[in-house]
Order: sequence, then structure tokens, then C-alpha cells
Amino acid sequence: MSDTGTLARLRDSDMWWSFRRSPLVVAASVVTLIYFVAAVLAPWIAPFDPFDVKALNLMDAFTPPAWAEGGSAKHLLGTDNQGRDVLSAILYGSRVSLMIGLAAILLSVTTGVLLGLLAGFRGGWVEAIIMRLADIQLTVPAILIALTLDGVTRVVLPKNVHDSVAIWVLVFSIGFAYWPQFARVTRATTLAEKNKDYVNAARIIGVPGARIALQHVLPNAWGPVLVIATIELALAIIAEASLSYLGVGMPATQPSLGTLIRIGNAFLFSGEWWIVIFPVVALVILSLSVNLLGDWLRDALNPRLR
Amino acid sequence: MFVARMAVIAAATLCLTSVAVSVAEAKTLRWASQGDALTMDPHSQNEGPTTAMNQHVYEGLISRDPKLAKVPGLALTWKPIAPDTWEFKLRPDVKFSDGTPFTADDVVFSYTRALAPTSDFRSYISSIKDVKALDPLTVHIVTNGPNPILPDYTTSILIMSKAWSEKHNVTKPQSFKDKEETYAVRNAMGTGPYTLKQRDPDVRTVMAKNPTYWGAKDFPAYPDELVYTPIKEPATRVAALISGQVDFVLDAPLQDIARIKQTPGLKTEETAQVRSIFLGLDMGSAELKYSDVKGKNPFADKRVRQAMYQAIDVNAIKAKVMRNFSAPAGLITSPGVHGHTPQLDQRLKYDVAAAKKLMTEAGYPNGFSVSLDCPNDRYNNDEQICQAVTGMLAQIGIKVDLQARSKTLHFPKLQKKDSSLFLLGWGVPTLDSHYVFTFLYQTSDAAKKVGSWNYTGYSNAKLDELADGMLKEVDQAKRDKMIADAWALAVADMPYLPLHHQLIVWSMSDKVTMPIFANDSPNFKYGKMK
Repeated sequence: MSDTGTLARLRDSDMWWSFRRSPLVVAASVVTLIYFVAAVLAPWIAPFDPFDVKALNLMDAFTPPAWAEGGSAKHLLGTDNQGRDVLSAILYGSRVSLMIGLAAILLSVTTGVLLGLLAGFRGGWVEAIIMRLADIQLTVPAILIALTLDGVTRVVLPKNVHDSVAIWVLVFSIGFAYWPQFARVTRATTLAEKNKDYVNAARIIGVPGARIALQHVLPNAWGPVLVIATIELALAIIAEASLSYLGVGMPATQPSLGTLIRIGNAFLFSGEWWIVIFPVVALVILSLSVNLLGDWLRDALNPRLR
Repeated sequence: MFVARMAVIAAATLCLTSVAVSVAEAKTLRWASQGDALTMDPHSQNEGPTTAMNQHVYEGLISRDPKLAKVPGLALTWKPIAPDTWEFKLRPDVKFSDGTPFTADDVVFSYTRALAPTSDFRSYISSIKDVKALDPLTVHIVTNGPNPILPDYTTSILIMSKAWSEKHNVTKPQSFKDKEETYAVRNAMGTGPYTLKQRDPDVRTVMAKNPTYWGAKDFPAYPDELVYTPIKEPATRVAALISGQVDFVLDAPLQDIARIKQTPGLKTEETAQVRSIFLGLDMGSAELKYSDVKGKNPFADKRVRQAMYQAIDVNAIKAKVMRNFSAPAGLITSPGVHGHTPQLDQRLKYDVAAAKKLMTEAGYPNGFSVSLDCPNDRYNNDEQICQAVTGMLAQIGIKVDLQARSKTLHFPKLQKKDSSLFLLGWGVPTLDSHYVFTFLYQTSDAAKKVGSWNYTGYSNAKLDELADGMLKEVDQAKRDKMIADAWALAVADMPYLPLHHQLIVWSMSDKVTMPIFANDSPNFKYGKMK
């Protein structure tokens, strides 16, 4: 099967058709793509390095955006209370937010899918334990789990150590909160597939169980898992922003979008609106685009909605 | 039907109005600031907001009025009757709020308590040899040699009831750094204008008017109830004031003062505070605990300290962080304190090139790394000051790892001498330089009860001698010379890097009349609610 063949197949597919039909989805995917590119290239395209304290000059602090009175062309979106360029901070911040979101989803997909497969195949008490755990986890709001985990690590680790591992604490706590979704979907698919003829055939010719699960059954689950993953990515980004906004996420020295919003919040009343508004806009557009993509993916992959 | 309904509505309205009237009758003043009092034990923590809270329940022998002048508190008169003895005549007919009469025994008890090892007020009264009750209304305080400024120090020693303390087993102050929990930490019972009604640390503290208060005649109109809510987030604090959820904010963020002044129904009171903000350096340890320099202590080298001093652009901090609500400082004590002079209060020039040169000479051309411990809910814009300092020290190669914490963690960390570099602010309740020397500069010595907040390890025998001398010297001119000499030493040795003197702004609803206290410690018995 050649690449052109794949492309041609894609162009002929229902997916492509429904994608092209909706300008909103096209816009959302373009925006998401821009975010990803900007996040990856942040060190090269950002006008300043907001992590370099040496380059900061306090006298530059509170410069308004370029078009406002007192603004300077040097800082397109103005500067924050430490003289950090807001545009650069947003670029680096989106990078942190996206990285945490993606890593968290990767973690919950891996955990959820593996546990779901295990539950579906093994059945019995293994399934009972895993699925009850998932049920329990579902009754506790994700943000609460994240807060608890973050709080525990904060107590256990000294502050300077915690700051350096803050990003992984966030990834783990958010990732841990979202696995039941994936486990349920995978288990459902597994239950539907595991007694079908091709699985039985594989079993008869002696294919090991793990390989049947991963190579034959799992591909059936990828569709729904992908849909959930996209929607959860938006949620994970927002969860990270909420935690950082509450001051339990990323430290001010390596800000995510949520941290930037927290910092800017203090200057809302005093009229320095740009410190908080631009990170908020960036966060809203990012999570909205990812969410729209997820919605579209769900509809496009659901044969009953066509 | 319609008539009936109207009648019901009318009745309901009447009810509501009467409720509203009775609420308005009991005048409640709701106030807020960023952090809570650390404890209700009046001798456990010598910290501004803690004292500000406790002084509503407990009183000292001498009080301070809004101009910070000494006025009779539980003592009516005081005078020296011998070179080493002060006589205090106590106010008659004073009762504690539980009804027991206040006598000289309570004074003796409280001073003994404040001298206990777990007390944070030992340095105030280290010169005291003996406190004697002559009769129920006369107390003699005997000092080691003459102490002309003893009355100033008594303003900070709050008086507890001996009977109450014994009953609740709190005859020793709470050991704050060991997180000890005693009855006196969440309960309080004194002679003051208020009684403690509810105490939820970090959530809410409610005080009700003390019906047996001796000063009811002198202070007839102070609010019936005080409700204190700590609100850590600066924007939330301002929002609470603007939306009318609180009537008084002690520390509105400086960037929002302009907005508050423009808001109808709100007003501000401003004054220069008797409080200076500075950095302290651990110059005494053989090796810094939180640094990449091993085997020696860079802060022990004066050139490094001076380099850091000269690398800090305090005018930028004033303009951008403090919004001009600060006065750059060369001394760690403010105008208004005896011994402060404008000549001494000159800063070394801000000069990054000179600072870099000093660093090179000291053997750190590439700098080093160190942790800076900073409170984030204590002083005006404290964390932002530390962030600014972090950036400025980076210019001379000092890589600062900023550790901002709540003051409930920051102060115990200092008290365990577990910091290499820290931000601290120092107010002077006695309005005399000796207070600064005895707490911050004298060689830390628990037995001598001096240097209890000297976390720098700084020790200068000459300065120790001067500080001890100025406590006893009765000749004013000689004493002033001692203070000036001691400041000259302190400035030259630089164990602390001065930043600025705070200006304070109290924001309040225009229903509140409240004179501003330059010590930033509101005593609401001087307040009024419309």
C-alpha cells in the first residue's frame, strides 16, 4: 500500500468529507496546529526568554501593549509585573500547558487502556476490582484528585525539590484522574470482541493472550479512545490551568497559562488588564479549538450520527 | 385576596426593616488583611499582626494612642523611684472579662511569663531583675542598673490573668516553633475592650465588646463587634472592600490604592510606617546551608554583602513594585525612631559595575547560587520585592532560588536558623533604636535574652557593649552618642541589606472613622462606625 494510496483513500473517506464540510472544524484544527507549532518552536520564535531573570529589567514592568498609550513596539502585548514580555510568556506558557496536557493524557490512555484490556479479558475478580476502582474514581471529581495528590507531594517533598518536579506532579495527578474513561471504553470493546471468530481463530493457532489483546482486539478500541483522548486533552489543559491558578500548579518561575492568569489577576483592578487578559484569551482559544476537534471526531466516528 | 396579600407583604417588609434596624444597631466592623495572627497567646510571637489582634483582648501597663504617644493603660502613673526601680501605680476597679479583679499579682505573673524561655518578648524586658507587687495596686520593676526606656518596653508586654492561666494550665507561653498547641492559643481572656468570641485560625476571628471594660467612659463609641477575615489574595481583598463585604482593609495592594480612592463610599488613610524592609544574610555560619559554595561562606566576606547591596536598584522597586509607597532606606530603622538620622539613612549608590568588581575581588567572578526565603503574606508586596531582588542579583551572577512561603512557615524557618538569605521587616514598638540593636544586631544569646531575632550570626563585641550601655545610660547626650556609634558600626558591617521604609495605606468604607497608627497596628477602640 503506497502513501498516495493512503492519501487517496483519506480524500475519499467520510471523515474527510465531514471535515471539509465544517469551516469551524477546519478553523479549529488550524488553530490547534498553530498552537502546537508555536509551542514546539517557542524558544526560537518568542521575542524574549521569560525564564532568563538576568535579561529582565524591572523598569520595563507594566508596559502596556504596543498599540495602547505608553506601549512600546518591543513588547507587542506589553509586559508583566517583573518586566517579562507577555507574548513570550504566553508562548512559553502554552508550551508548558500543552506539554502537561499531552503527557497527562498519554499517561491516562496507557493506564486506562491496559487496565481495560486486562479487565475485559480476565473477567472475574480482576475485572470486578478494576472496574469498581474505576467507579470509585469516577465519583471523585478530577480536580479534587489532582489537588489531593499535589497537596500530598507538597508536604512530602521540600519546596525547592517540589518546584523542580512540579510539572511531573501535575502530569501524574491529572493523568491519574482521567484513566477510568479509557478503561471503560476499552473493556466494553474487549467484551464485544473477545468471543468473535477471528479472536477464537487466533487463540486456536496458539497466539499468546497478550498479543491477541494488543494486536487483534485493541485496534477496535482506538476510535473511541482517540475521541475521548481529544476531549480529555481540553479538560486536562483546563485542569492544569485551574491548579496553577489556585497556586498549586506550576511555580511563577516556569509559568503555564494558569500561572500567568494567577499573576495577572492581582493587577486587574489597577487597570493593567493586559497581564491577565491575553493569557486568558490564549487559554480559551486553545481549549475551545481542541474541544471542537474532539466533538467533531466523536460525530464523525459515530456511524449512527451520519 | 389582594388586600390580604398586600398585608402579608407589608408585614414581611416590616419584619425585614426591624431586622435591618437591629443589625444596624449592633455595629459590626468587618476587617481584613492578608494573613492571620499567628497565635492568641500574647507572649508567644513578637509579630506585628499578632500583637495587633491580641491588643484588643489584652492590654499592657502602658498603651499607645494613635500618635504612638504613651498613655495610661492598666497603669495610671509610672515613675522611677530609684536608679534601678520603676514604680507603676495600677488602675483601680479593673476587671478581667470573666469578672475577676485585676491586681498587681497578675502583673507579676505576666512579666514572669514573658520572661519564660518560650516567650518571644524576652529581649524587651531582658534588663528586668525583679517584678514585685507591693500592694494590689502598686508594682515595682527592678532592673539590672538604670533603664530609662523601660516604660517604652512595657507597652508591648500584655497582661494576662494569673487565675485564668493557672486554671487552663497556660502559665508558660506556647512554643511556636515547635507547633505547640495550648489553651491560650485559641482562647483569650484579658482586660481589653473586646472579648474573644470565636477563633478559627486563618478563617475568622470574632470579638465582642467587653461589657466590663474600664474604658467604656473614655471610649463610648467603638464598634460592638469585630469580625476579622484573613484574605490572602490581594485582588479578592480589594473586591471584598469594594463590594461592601468588609469595612476595613489593612493592606490593600498598593497598585489598587488609586482605584479605591476613586470608588465612592471608600476612603484611605496614609502615613509613613515605623517599619523597614531589608534582607538578612547568614554571615556567621561556616558554610551556607542553601548554596553551591561549599567549605566557606561567601556572605562572611563584606565585599560580597556590599556587592549585593549595590546591585539592588531600590528605586526601581519603589517605582514598579511599591508604586511609590516606600522610601528607600540606608538604615533598617525608620524616621520617627529615636536615633534615626537622615545622614545615617543614606544608601550606598546603586552601581552594578562596582558590584561586579567587588564580586570578582571576593573571588566569585561567576557568582554562586543561594536560596532566598521570603514571606508572601506579611509585608506590602513582599513576594514581588523578592522577585525583583532575584532579577537584580542575577545581574552580578548570584543565582537566587526564591522560596516564597506563608509567614506561618517563614518565621519558624528563621527561628530555627534554617535560612541563608531572608527578607524581614522590622517595626519598632518602643520607638527607640535600642530595640533594633537588642533584637537584630546583638550577638544571639539566649541566656542574656538578647539577639533573639539575629539570624545572621553577626557578632560585634563593640556593638554589643554599646547596646548594653544604651539600655542603662541615663545621660541623654551620652546615650545619643552611643546610639550613633552603634548605627555607624551596623551600617559599616552590613549584616543586613536595607531596602526601604514602608508607607502604609489603610482603606475603609466611609462609614468607618479610624485614625491611622504609624505602627500599622489598628486599635479599634479608637474607631467608630456610622
